[in-house]
Amino acid sequence: MGKIRQRLYVIAALIVVSIIALVPRNTKQRVRDATSGAMKDTTVRRVPINLGLDLQGGIHLALEVDQSKGPVPDCADAIQRAERVVRTRMDEFGTKEPVVQIQGRCRLIVELAGEKDPARARGVIQRTAFLEFRITDMKSLFKDALPLMDAALRKAGIKSRSTAAPSAVAQLFGGDTTKTARDSAADANTPGVLSSLLFQGQLPGEFLVPEEQWPLVDSLTSRPDVRAAIPRGLELRWGAQSESRGARAYRALYAVEARPIITGEELVKAVARRDPVTNQSIVAFQLSHRGARKFADETARHINDYMAIILDSRVQGQPPIIKSQIGANGQIELGTKPLQEASDLALVLRAGALPAPLTIVDERSISATLGADSIHDGVLAGVVGVLLVVVIMIGYYRMSGALAVAALTLYCLFTLAGLALFGFTLTLPGLAGFVLSIGIAVDANVLIFERIREELVHGKSLRLAVDDGFLHAMNAIVDSNVSTILTALILYAVGTGPVQGFAITLIIGIIASMISAIFVVKTLFLVWLYRRPDMITLSI
Amino acid sequence: MIRLFANASYDFIKWRRWAFSLTGAIMLVGLVFLVTRGVNYSIEFTGGTLVQFDVAHKVPTANIRAALDNVGLLGADIQTFGSDTSYQVRARLGAEATGEAGTQAVADAVARALDQSVGTGQYQIQRREAVGPKVGRELQGKALIAILFSFVVTLIYLAVRFEWRFGLAAVVATAHDIVATIAFISVMHLEVSLVVVGAVLTVVGYSLNDTIIIFDRVRENLRKYRRQNLYEILNLSINETLPRSVLTHGTTIATTLSLLILAGEVIRPFAWVMSFGIFTGTFSSIYIAAPVLLWIEKRWPGEDARGARTFGSRAPAAPPVAGPPVTPSAPQPRAPQPAR
Repeated sequence: MGKIRQRLYVIAALIVVSIIALVPRNTKQRVRDATSGAMKDTTVRRVPINLGLDLQGGIHLALEVDQSKGPVPDCADAIQRAERVVRTRMDEFGTKEPVVQIQGRCRLIVELAGEKDPARARGVIQRTAFLEFRITDMKSLFKDALPLMDAALRKAGIKSRSTAAPSAVAQLFGGDTTKTARDSAADANTPGVLSSLLFQGQLPGEFLVPEEQWPLVDSLTSRPDVRAAIPRGLELRWGAQSESRGARAYRALYAVEARPIITGEELVKAVARRDPVTNQSIVAFQLSHRGARKFADETARHINDYMAIILDSRVQGQPPIIKSQIGANGQIELGTKPLQEASDLALVLRAGALPAPLTIVDERSISATLGADSIHDGVLAGVVGVLLVVVIMIGYYRMSGALAVAALTLYCLFTLAGLALFGFTLTLPGLAGFVLSIGIAVDANVLIFERIREELVHGKSLRLAVDDGFLHAMNAIVDSNVSTILTALILYAVGTGPVQGFAITLIIGIIASMISAIFVVKTLFLVWLYRRPDMITLSI
Repeated sequence: MIRLFANASYDFIKWRRWAFSLTGAIMLVGLVFLVTRGVNYSIEFTGGTLVQFDVAHKVPTANIRAALDNVGLLGADIQTFGSDTSYQVRARLGAEATGEAGTQAVADAVARALDQSVGTGQYQIQRREAVGPKVGRELQGKALIAILFSFVVTLIYLAVRFEWRFGLAAVVATAHDIVATIAFISVMHLEVSLVVVGAVLTVVGYSLNDTIIIFDRVRENLRKYRRQNLYEILNLSINETLPRSVLTHGTTIATTLSLLILAGEVIRPFAWVMSFGIFTGTFSSIYIAAPVLLWIEKRWPGEDARGARTFGSRAPAAPPVAGPPVTPSAPQPRAPQPAR
């Protein structure tokens, strides 16, 4: 009995883990507002299984560096620059987890789930990268103008929707920020809509916005009445990534001068390295002759000012301070930050300096309705298939068949949980593979039951027949499953998205069927025999 | 209890020549179709453009054709897809195609043609694929590598797992399945996409399963019944595994048929190949793998020289009865004694 209990514990643990893996949970999803076209976050509650593009709809693009206007010497570097650029633009898409990855050496794969408009996607991705250096708002002109913007918003009847308590955030940034927030709030007795959402950052012209609020701030600041209140000669630019301060994530907003001091055209090269003397991570860059003259003038006037590095309207990293006049050769010091960050910044600079024109070599788009149809049909086929298998198994093997069906239920649970746990993607061929594997999954049980029947015919006792049946069937089960796994692995290695999904579900399915058909069914048999020790004939 | 084919004792091997002729005929028909009609590759492999769209009201195909001709897409092929308000337009790239941008242009041209013939807003594009020639060629290479590689891996696996004679017989059976499936695909004129290649490989795996299970039993019976020849052992093993074959193929067929009928148009070629594959896989395990093993054993006899005697000492009409009541302690004495 002890052994049976152990087995039952293992099964219970597997079931609990699988159910936890499949409990629907909230995921944030960025969608494009149909009316305004702005991006906003919505929360969706769903089962955490990744669906492939063919099931949820979306766009798949494969891009290569355009070599039609002359060969590009180093396509690997060019595609890395392109990847960096495309990544910064992902905010423009209504997609939860955009895939941007380099395939092989010189190809870039972009997958946008839920995106509907291929022309727009192509436009955004193929747009030429633009790099510029701009000085941040050193005189705090933007901050001084905040009450004006709040007033404009109040006039437009926009109430503060922010529920964030300023005090909680104020602790993070010290007393000065609290004072600003309070000052601007005190102006009109009610907290200003905009100023209550912005917190002064570490350097002039830098503001931090809680990550979940930034789409709201973005839509507020792009209103014409607010834009009119922004001081002349200043523009707002968002940081490229969210950064965490304490427990919360923030997005940086920079007020920068409208006029760039230099653009990517003047940049010749940029490399990351470690300073041999100070051991700091640095990015060394070199400017063209014309650029060097211009840059020397500008940097001379802006010593001790902060210079934002802006790629495609997104500020990359924290703006460095200008320490001295810079000519043709300059370097950006990143202090003790890892070299990886310096490499990334160097890549940004190169991306702006040498834009890599991309050409689309493969484009696939599938509408969400077709995807939903596929899911519906696939699930229907699955349900019917399962019912048929259940009828066959119970009809033929009766009680033992019922045990196999119970195990089959667990098999489905384990397979889906496996997909969710390891973050694999379910595609339409994957769904078909899953349905197919239900038919194949019972094979192990059929082999075992037939063996038990043979052993019974040979006159063995029930208990011995069951044990020997499992034992003797094992050889064939292992052999046949290994050969299928080998084929699936090959498919995974050479296939593209949907076919890889097929291979993955097949592999997970086989592993799950080994667990359910052998371990679970054996346990059920043991429990059965234990509870009915007087049983003479086995219902098989 | 219900027992299908329990204690069956059919002489399967006797019908091997008929079986060879049947499968040979199928392959020949397939070959004729293959040569005359060619392979219906999907645009994944050829490169080209596919646009699938739904229309609100039924539109004569001729109208769409005329509009496509109008925008210069003369070779494009139009077909309904699933229902008669759903269409697929496919334009494959010719051998002369070089530009990567061409496929995009075609997709846009199809949209223009639809605006003309169906009317703007009256149709909805459901699927759009524009595959450049380079990607298509790469995928062709990959599919070929997948098939060859799976063959090599299968060979190695069988060589490790079985004696080479068994392995060779299983490989011949697998090769038969691939050829038969290709014949089926060309007769049905199914579209060959990467997913269909995946289906063929799955069929190979499935068929190999089946062969392995029978061979596993053969190996066991060769040890158990020392005095029978291989011909009888093969028949005995096939008969013994018959209930399992019927049950497993039954459940698998149940699921593939529900996929074929219910799972929609996109997955249908896959489901067709799988359904056929189950038949050919079952067939080849019995009628290709076993007779080939017999032939190999006759040609190159193994350690126990029973293979060499197979044909000469065949029992004409009385194959052994399956499932003799053998006690585990002493199996030998009660083994059936074939007439010699």
